[in-house]
Amino acid sequence: MSVVESAPPQADTPLAAGGGRRTRQVALFVVLTLALVALALVAAGTGQLHVPPAEVLGSVLHRVGLDVGPLPAHQHGESALWSIRFPRVVMAMLVGAALATGGAVMQGVFGNPLAEPGIVGVSSGAAVGACLVMVTGWAFAGSWTVALVAFVGGLVATLLVYATAREGGRTEVVTLVLTGVAVNAVGGAAVAFLTFLADSQSRDQIVFWQLGSLNGTRWAYVAVVAPLVALGLVIALVLARRLDLLALGERPARHLGVDVERLRLTVVVAVAVLTAAAVAFCGVIGFVGLVVPHLVRMVVGPGHAVLVPASALGGATLLVGADLVARTAVPYADLPIGMLTALVGGPFFFWLIRRTRRAAGGWA
Amino acid sequence: MSARLRARGVRVAYGASVVLDDVDLDVHGGELVALVGPNGAGKSTLLAVLAGDPRPDAGDVLLDGTDLRAQRLTDLARRRAVMTQEARVSFAFRAREVVAMGRHPWRGTPREAHDDEAVAAAMADADVVALSGRTFPTLSGGEKARVAFARALAQEGDVLLLDEPTAALDIRHQEAVLTRARQAARAGAAVVVVLHDLTLAAAYADRVVVLDQGRVRADGPPAAVLTAALLSDVYRHPVEVVTRPGTDELVVLPVRTATPHDAPVARPTVARPTAVHPAPVEVTTP
Repeated sequence: MSVVESAPPQADTPLAAGGGRRTRQVALFVVLTLALVALALVAAGTGQLHVPPAEVLGSVLHRVGLDVGPLPAHQHGESALWSIRFPRVVMAMLVGAALATGGAVMQGVFGNPLAEPGIVGVSSGAAVGACLVMVTGWAFAGSWTVALVAFVGGLVATLLVYATAREGGRTEVVTLVLTGVAVNAVGGAAVAFLTFLADSQSRDQIVFWQLGSLNGTRWAYVAVVAPLVALGLVIALVLARRLDLLALGERPARHLGVDVERLRLTVVVAVAVLTAAAVAFCGVIGFVGLVVPHLVRMVVGPGHAVLVPASALGGATLLVGADLVARTAVPYADLPIGMLTALVGGPFFFWLIRRTRRAAGGWA
Repeated sequence: MSARLRARGVRVAYGASVVLDDVDLDVHGGELVALVGPNGAGKSTLLAVLAGDPRPDAGDVLLDGTDLRAQRLTDLARRRAVMTQEARVSFAFRAREVVAMGRHPWRGTPREAHDDEAVAAAMADADVVALSGRTFPTLSGGEKARVAFARALAQEGDVLLLDEPTAALDIRHQEAVLTRARQAARAGAAVVVVLHDLTLAAAYADRVVVLDQGRVRADGPPAAVLTAALLSDVYRHPVEVVTRPGTDELVVLPVRTATPHDAPVARPTVARPTAVHPAPVEVTTP
């Protein structure tokens, strides 16, 4: 055997190699913002009463005190926009942002790209809470009651998954998914029992709510969901850097000064807050928290300081778009949005499992 | 001079199995201490205890005179850097991003301004500049270890705890990593390195601590500690210690052909001016 000596390959512009990500980060934020604004204008104008995007924009600008652009030409245009469409579009943004952010931070804390509130069963826990309120008619906290009880349900489910599925700071794919199966089964049983107990009116309410829909959103609901989503987002953004370090594993993160236990508990609470906010009025809308952070990572990398806000923006955009499709795909019908996201998200999840499985080298 | 890092009477047990028992260790600024010993001797556990990870069941670990566990994690992180045995990263961070994570303890301090230089210097020292833009999961085992080493360097702690930093490395990088570690010691840092390669330990350590079944068997300069008799006993395998011709460098070699019953041991053809012959050692169970 002969030994061929060759010069080692030279590295090309090594330290500048991270530069491409910066450009892509800026591009992603610009594209997502433009897409969100455009979609929101179109979505708000679309429906039985059509309002062109320019008039939608004009209506918003006039409300904020800028007398620019045309006002809706139709006599009921203004009221349709402000009492029906806008609350729904804003709710879609909030719920989308909440689901995607919840997914992103949950993946960070589980160290597993397949963690997502719906799959893991957090949504199902929150759903049990919300159903309980619908059946019992509790109103001890006014319009906040549903969100509050949903939060408790979501928190219990998250803590349960967290306590059982992690081993040495990491969660194997199988354990995570199987824990999700178990938690979802119990949650489903609880919801079924509540449905059984309910009178026919709340039974209808539960059934349609469970499919996931933004139909009938009112500003009063938005007023409950918005502060919760804001709270969850702020927590997620503050913790973003530390979530990066958690990717190194628990011990190395501790060695770098991160109080791992406190970080994890804070994230668990944040996930429960975000999920409860999303589930309380709109039901279970799955897979947003799985698909969005994954796509964002593919574009700009896994750093949470960018991943979290980009996921929030991407989730908002996705859900405004999905809701538009849900409202318009079938004439005179409002399809459940949860059904739509599951239709797209299910196959995506399947692909992701195969990919993760190959990368991890098996199920063990 | 008082020790930077001091362990006193440390005992760690997992259930019935005692991993460390009554271990005393002082590490001073300016010295590189090698922890050696067979598998399961407690080297990694001792390093983890020195890093402040598991709470010892008995005994104390002090950093600069204060109990490790009484100190804030951030304060600790600014003084001591740790390289763990297994380098894993959950998501596809790039090598440079991983090294830059070592700067986390300095966020919000004036030293943050110096982040980029520290990262660049650490990457150059660990020879990972060329890997800068690669994502961590695509790196080989040795490359991952070097990135982890660079991250520990970037942290700029003056207590450096390295768990088998050279295990996955080729010869050139083994020498480079230990040269850099010794350089840190010469600059005043207290350095503890877990090593399996006893020749490397002999070449780079100021002091060698031999652990055996959770206890310190020997603690002293390489020449005093790394003797054929002691090593053969500790490792339950005949070991030869020779001096490389023309130098005073120790070379530690396992005796390959010897079985307990073979009387004349085939010697390697290396000249051994001061070799200690490994008289077949009785394996004594302490």
